[in-house]
Amino acid sequence: MARAVTNNRKILNTAAAWTIGLLIFFPILWTILTSFKTEATAIADPPVFLFFDWTLENYSTVMDRSNYGRFLWNSIFIAGGSTILGLIIAIPAAWSMAFVPSKRTKDILLWMLSTKMLPAVGVLYPIYLIFIKLGLLDTKFGLTIVLMLINLPIIVWMLYTYFREIPGEILEAARMDGATLKDEVLYVLTPMAVPGIASTLLLNFILAWNEAFWTLNLTAAKAAPLTAFIASYSSPEGLFYAKLSAASTMAIAPILIMGWFSQKQLVRGLTFGAVK
Amino acid sequence: MGRIQLKQVKKAFGDVVVIPPLDLEINDGEFVVFVGPSGCGKSTLLRLIAGLEDTTAGNIEIDGQDATGLPPAKRGLAMVFQSYALYPHMTVRKNIAFPMKMAKMPQEEQDKRIASAAAALNLTDYLDRRPGQLSGGQRQRVAIGRAIVRESAAFLFDEPLSNLDAALRVGMRMEISELHKKLDTTMIYVTHDQVEAMTMADKIVVLQAGVIEQVGSPLELYRAPRNKFVAGFIGSPKMNLLDGAEAAKHNAETIGIRPEHISMSKTEGTWQGTVGVAEHLGSDTFMHIHGIPGCDPLTVRAGGEVDVKHGDSVFLTPQPEQIHRFDKKGLRIA
Repeated sequence: MARAVTNNRKILNTAAAWTIGLLIFFPILWTILTSFKTEATAIADPPVFLFFDWTLENYSTVMDRSNYGRFLWNSIFIAGGSTILGLIIAIPAAWSMAFVPSKRTKDILLWMLSTKMLPAVGVLYPIYLIFIKLGLLDTKFGLTIVLMLINLPIIVWMLYTYFREIPGEILEAARMDGATLKDEVLYVLTPMAVPGIASTLLLNFILAWNEAFWTLNLTAAKAAPLTAFIASYSSPEGLFYAKLSAASTMAIAPILIMGWFSQKQLVRGLTFGAVK
Repeated sequence: MGRIQLKQVKKAFGDVVVIPPLDLEINDGEFVVFVGPSGCGKSTLLRLIAGLEDTTAGNIEIDGQDATGLPPAKRGLAMVFQSYALYPHMTVRKNIAFPMKMAKMPQEEQDKRIASAAAALNLTDYLDRRPGQLSGGQRQRVAIGRAIVRESAAFLFDEPLSNLDAALRVGMRMEISELHKKLDTTMIYVTHDQVEAMTMADKIVVLQAGVIEQVGSPLELYRAPRNKFVAGFIGSPKMNLLDGAEAAKHNAETIGIRPEHISMSKTEGTWQGTVGVAEHLGSDTFMHIHGIPGCDPLTVRAGGEVDVKHGDSVFLTPQPEQIHRFDKKGLRIA
């Protein structure tokens, strides 16, 4: 009897998980489906779900009208650059917080995270002015710096959690073995934290890839990444849903594929330190 | 060379003084054991010498040079940790090579030393394994191997055997002692186990609450403990301490007598008591005797085969020349 209850519950849980999963995935699925419709089918009422004449026309139009490759490259540069730069700064920061904590370490960590609670638009004006002054507007470099700063608290926080799991005695052993601080971080800490660093890298790459507020506000043509590529298809003259969907699908495809292959790492990264 | 001198070394964490100023001299080639109960500051003292903790006051000299401000890497000491602290992502070979790599030693010399350390520690077949694939004893050997490849002024051991099972511990104890004889290098060894201290040390430093209670050879400490604490701590089973009238007879506040210095008889003796629990070890029997004034129960070491049972009445006689006398402050009366 007990077994039957457990089995029923299992089925129920699985069904619930699938329902929630599909609910979350539905907007993406709908976007992908719409990208294969004609503009007329895309706005048909009632909406057409699967049975329509599939077409690749939108993709070819989008490819003709915009330089997808350039947007893609900008996205890769900005997301990759900001993540790597962030890691270079965050590894020593998290090291010091995890292994040489002071009385204020916890406060500093919380304060860093609290900057994420600030509405981005609140600092848009000063940052915009700074960018004009420094000539960073519509440059990949400028955007890389901003996105790195935006995500830095999360990178530091995640790495801190990972580093805390590494026994301090191992680092002390390295010190006794004659390792300098640089050797200790390079040869002992970093290789031991590789899984943690990999998940941090992945998550931040995704966050930077999807970031739209700063990328839309601080770029025009040259440094615009894929978020701007999508936005360019929502024009004031009227919405072309099918083309917009095609552009969106093309923008999210790389990150979706990357996420699919690295989901194990990502889940580990997000739940790390939660169960202990 | 490995002469280490501690001059008025003090350690405090905030307002809490863990080690009040103390002096200690460790001579070249000596095997010194720091022993004491948990929390007595013995590990902290070792970490001060290693440079893993900063001193609050005082100086640490290694081979006559002031090392107080030097980082661990520059002190020329090697350390074996309680948790082994091996690098889990490196093979045994790379673990052992790490200090030499840090010292930028030529590869040829590194290979030679790895081979000789591995041979000495029975690790030759395991050089390409990771620490996770080794047993506790093997891991401990790797940790020792990593310490000995670099020619250090001294080796520091922080409770290295406490994670091993009893049988392995005895074996490793012998191996470390043999290693000391072979290398003839200063070794400082921290343990809470007085048996380890007695069997391995040239010199024992007994600590309590950060204070050195006595420094001496194992037999000195056994024969003439400076105070009640050392008397109770050194020796197994521990010394019986008697207060009151029995002590007064010897003009002392407390008298101490070791279990092995009491003889037992069924017919006559100084004290009369009742047999309680008896621990049979085969070679010896430790009897706990109740009813002796000033000490309950009193422990007696008897032969392996004694014909007394629980509840029997027995007579005990201490060997008079083996009675230790202590004054009101707990200090030994000569």
